[in-house]
Formats: sequence, structure tokens, C-alpha cells
Amino acid sequence: MRRLRIERTPAPLWVRPLIPVLAALITFTLTAVLIVLAKANPLEAYFYFLIAPLSSRVSAIEVLVKSTPLLLTGAAVTFAFSAGYWNIGAEGQLYAGAIAAAWMGTLLEGFPQPLGVLLMLLSGFIAGVLWALPPALLKVKLAVDEVVTTLLLNSVILFIVSYLLNGPWRDPVSGWPQSPEIAASAMLPKLLPRARLHLGFVIGVLVIGVLWFVLSRTTFGLKMRATGLGMQAARFAGVKVDRTLLLSALISGGIAGLAGVSEVAGIHFHLIDAISPGYGYTGIIIAMLGGLNPLGVGVAALFIGLLSTGGQSVSRALGVPAYLGDVVQAVLLLVTLGAFILQNYRIRWLKASEAG
Amino acid sequence: MGDFLVGLIAATLRVATPLTFGTLGELFAERAGILNLGIEGIMFLGAFVGFAVAKASGSLWLGVLAAVVAGMLAGLLMGLLSVRLGLSQHVSGLGITLLLTGLSLFCFRLLYGEPRIPPAITPFERLSVLPQVPILGPILEQYALTYVALALVPLVWWVVYRTNFGLQLRAVGENPEAADAAGVDVFLMRYLALAIGGGLMAAGGAFLSLAQLGAFTYGVIAGRGWVCIALIIFGNWHPVKVLWGALLFGGVFALQLRLQTTGLQMPYETFLALPYLVTIAALAIAGRNAAYPAGLLKPYKRE
Repeated sequence: MRRLRIERTPAPLWVRPLIPVLAALITFTLTAVLIVLAKANPLEAYFYFLIAPLSSRVSAIEVLVKSTPLLLTGAAVTFAFSAGYWNIGAEGQLYAGAIAAAWMGTLLEGFPQPLGVLLMLLSGFIAGVLWALPPALLKVKLAVDEVVTTLLLNSVILFIVSYLLNGPWRDPVSGWPQSPEIAASAMLPKLLPRARLHLGFVIGVLVIGVLWFVLSRTTFGLKMRATGLGMQAARFAGVKVDRTLLLSALISGGIAGLAGVSEVAGIHFHLIDAISPGYGYTGIIIAMLGGLNPLGVGVAALFIGLLSTGGQSVSRALGVPAYLGDVVQAVLLLVTLGAFILQNYRIRWLKASEAG
Repeated sequence: MGDFLVGLIAATLRVATPLTFGTLGELFAERAGILNLGIEGIMFLGAFVGFAVAKASGSLWLGVLAAVVAGMLAGLLMGLLSVRLGLSQHVSGLGITLLLTGLSLFCFRLLYGEPRIPPAITPFERLSVLPQVPILGPILEQYALTYVALALVPLVWWVVYRTNFGLQLRAVGENPEAADAAGVDVFLMRYLALAIGGGLMAAGGAFLSLAQLGAFTYGVIAGRGWVCIALIIFGNWHPVKVLWGALLFGGVFALQLRLQTTGLQMPYETFLALPYLVTIAALAIAGRNAAYPAGLLKPYKRE
């Protein structure tokens, strides 16, 4: 008699790409319960969720617009996580970049646009680096756990934004809590006529490319991954672990800062307090869904962009609350993390001689 | 001036109530070696479930009970991910926060749609303990749940430091291998700690929707879960010190609210950011000596 046995050895390589697919199927099965509760047909709902957004030019472009900050925060989180630095602060670093962009944007009246855009990106990057600096220094110099410090700084910067918008930066014309509009030369150029898609998307794709290059083609990337796999072992192998951690943390912060620039200079043209509905936290979902692999992260960012757009289209078409999109994202994260455990096992038929 | 102080102290106790619930909940989890970043979402879930059940049943206490049960289930889910499957604690915790926030908002929309006037209930009334006494009377005029929170502090202290359960809890958080060798069921203890902790966190959320607001809103928790994450470090994982932290934060928060209404030109955000900055400073000072439970963030695997 032939029997199955589960063994604790790495699964064959062809199983790996199937794991996210399996996770997605489990997720859609679980969330179908909510769709039924909302008195809609799950299959119809998933059509509006996953396929309808891609079927028209307007909404397909909107998927890319939604993906733009996610490419950047996903890349930012991946950069830090790859080196074993658990940066939960991409949300705060994004806001730091947004503040810098809102400030720089008002100073660039009359600049040539290429120079203006460059200065915007630079200032946002630097602001992200600066906001990431205290927890990174505390980690390296005093061994203070970065999970808590980066998380707490996310709340702190929201108070700074609130202070700026209700105080010195309150729009003098309308009185709304939003900063003055940035100069035209500071705005990220549009990529297509009659659509919101802007240069930020290209920057996001470029950053993913750079991430891939650094991680897989440079010695620094090798050091990062060695540090991420085990700090002790990396130290023995001669890697300057502290320096690697610090640099990874700061670059991660800088990339998250770019996401803030992208939203201010590409979409809103003001600083508002709701500039990010949690893009920094979604970046963590994306980095994990992508398995910290740059290509996977890019695909995950586009997929989450699709889910956000799809949530709204389901809501319009079938009256299912748009928060379904948020729930699907979170379930997908948890199920995928669980499913990745499967890659440590393989199932094997026992030969007749082994059975018994 | 007297009235001002009396009002300030009374408000301090009110603000500190959900923080005390939440931080005591986080204390159970972290003492067992699990950093539960699901706290923000579990408090949100507690606020929602408490409100929805109270509105449907007409009983506020039934709402609190349902919130606690929901919170315990959420704690068990955290256990499934971080204890049973051994996934990274911060990612699973954040995932739970995102899940429960989305789920609560989804169900809220499903139940009540998008009405012009948000649905409301008649919230808890405050208890007049000593209505005739001048200063003490108004200070002690608090919600029953505030008294529950204050009573929980010595109770949790007793459980953690004076019972066999507490000893096992701390052993599991400090050195799971040794605890296991001594015959403690590490997985069971961590599940229990997360369930109890989740129930307490959700009670904190329910206090906000059922006592303070009488409604459920998008910003009902507004980062209070993260404040609890700060307070637990500030309070050195000790129930009584945690209460002082919650009261200190409550006092600062109540003070800034009052300063705002007096029209004093002062960025009140400074006050609000203070507890976070103080915690980070405290961590920096304690540095390598911070009294983290030694087993925190490390999944336990039994080979």
C-alpha cells in the first residue's frame, strides 16, 4: 500500500511561485463570506474587484496611480527588511518627505521644471533619511529595538503635520487645513493626457530596478543580505554590520520619503493630513507578499493597487462596502505568510519498502 | 482654580481608562514573550463590537461582554499566527491591526450604511459615589468601567507576581526553553496570555464607544493602541508603573484639551507628541539595559 508522508525538507523549486497563487485562492474563499453577508454574488463581486478595473482605460490607469506610492513604500520596506532592519516607520518617513515637498514646492516659483522636480525629489529623500536617522542610530549605537521606535515616530510626525496645517501653513485663502499650493515647476509631469498618472510611477519602477540591482549585483547588497540572514554570522564573515544596518535603514527612509513627494507633487499639490491612508503600512504587506524579492515586490504593489481600485468598483457596482479591499489585503498578507511555511516541507509517496 | 484642578483630575482618570485596559492587555502578551502590535486593531474591534451589540440588544453591559469575547478571539488569532505558525510577531501583529480595522469598518457600513447622522446610543452614565462631598465628589464621579480599570491594576499585579499562573507566564516570556523543560506548556501559556490580553484591549476600545462617545467613529481609537505600546515600555512591564504612565499621559492629554478651550496660543500637538518622545528617550537611556522580557519577538519552536 502506498502512503503519503510529509517531510521537513525544502519543497521543490517549482512549488514556490504556486504558493502566492494558493494563498490568493484561500483569501478569496475566506472573504467570499463577507461578500455573501453583503448580499452580493462572490463571483460577480470578484469580477468587479479584479477584472473590471482593467477593462477600461480610465480605471486601468487609476490602478497604476494607486500603485505609485505603493511601489515606493514597498521598495523602502524591502530595502530595510532585507538587511534585517525591521523598519515599521515607512508611514512616518513618507510624511517627512511630504512635508519637505510641500515646503520646497512653494520655493520653486519660476524654476525650470526639470530642476524643480529634481530638487523636490532630493528634499523628500533627505527628509525621509533624517526621520529614519534617530531610530537607526539608537539601534546601532544603543541596541534599542527599532520596531517600537520607528512605529512611535509615525504618530509623532502626524502631530507635526497637524501642527503645521492648523498653524503656520494653514491655507491663507480658503482657511482649510492644507498647505499653500506648490509651484507649477515643482509638480511631477503627467505621463498621459487626461489622466492622473504622473512621473512618480516611473520613479517607482526605477527604484524597484535599483533595488534589484543593489540586492543582487553589488557587494553592498551581498552584505545586506548576509546581515539579514544572521548578524552574528555576518560579523564573523567580516561584514561591518552596524554600518550596513545604518545605511539600509537610511536609504529605506529616503525611498519612503520619495513616496511622500510623489503624492504631494503628483496628486494633491498641497500637504493635507490624509496624504497617506496607510501607504507605509501597506508597504509592509507588499514587501512580505513579494517575499522581499524586488520583482515580486513590484508585482505585489501593482496587485494591491488593483485591489484598492477594485474595492471601489465593487462598492459602486454592487453596494459592497469598499473596505472589502482593505480586508482582502490583510487576509492575503496573513494567509501568504502562513502559506510560505509550506515551502519548508514536501509531500512524498512512501515506497512499499518504507511503509510500515 | 480649584474647579479647574478638580475637572482636570476627573478628566485624567477618564482619559487614562482605555489606556490602562490596553496596556494591561499588552502586558499579558509581552510578559509571555509576544509583542502584540494587533492592539490598535483589537481596540478598534472592541469599540465596534461593543457598539453594535449594545445598539442591537439595548444593553451596554452586553456590548462590553461581546467586545471582550471578540477581543479574546482576536488574541487567539494572533496566537495562531505568532505562536503556532511561528510567524514574525511584528508583521502578524500589524496584519491583525489592518485586518480588524478593515473588518470593523466593513461590518459597520454593512449594518448602518452611510447615514447623514451617524448612529448613536445612550452611553453609560457616570456613577455618583459621594455626590455631597465637595472636591472628592466630582473627582469620583466616574464611569463604572473606570473603576474596573483601576481595580484591575492590583489584580493583574497579584496574578503576575503572586500566582503560579503568573510565574509560568513570566517564565514563558523570559526563557521558553527552560519553562518547557520544567513542564510548562509554552504554547498554551502564550495562547492564554494573548486571549486575556485581547479581551482587555477590546474592553478599552468598548469604553471609548460605549462610555466616552456613545458612538462608533473612524477615529475612535486614533493611535491609542500605539500609546499603550509606548506606555508598557515606559512602565517597565510592571502593572502599577504602567498605571502611573497612563495617568501621566491622561493628565497631559486632559490639560492640553483644557488649554485649547481657554484659547491660549499654544501648539497642543507638542503635548500629544510628548509621551511618544519620552518613551523613545527612556528607551535610549535604558539602552541595552531595557527590561524587555528576554523571550520577546522570538518564536518558540519545539524540536
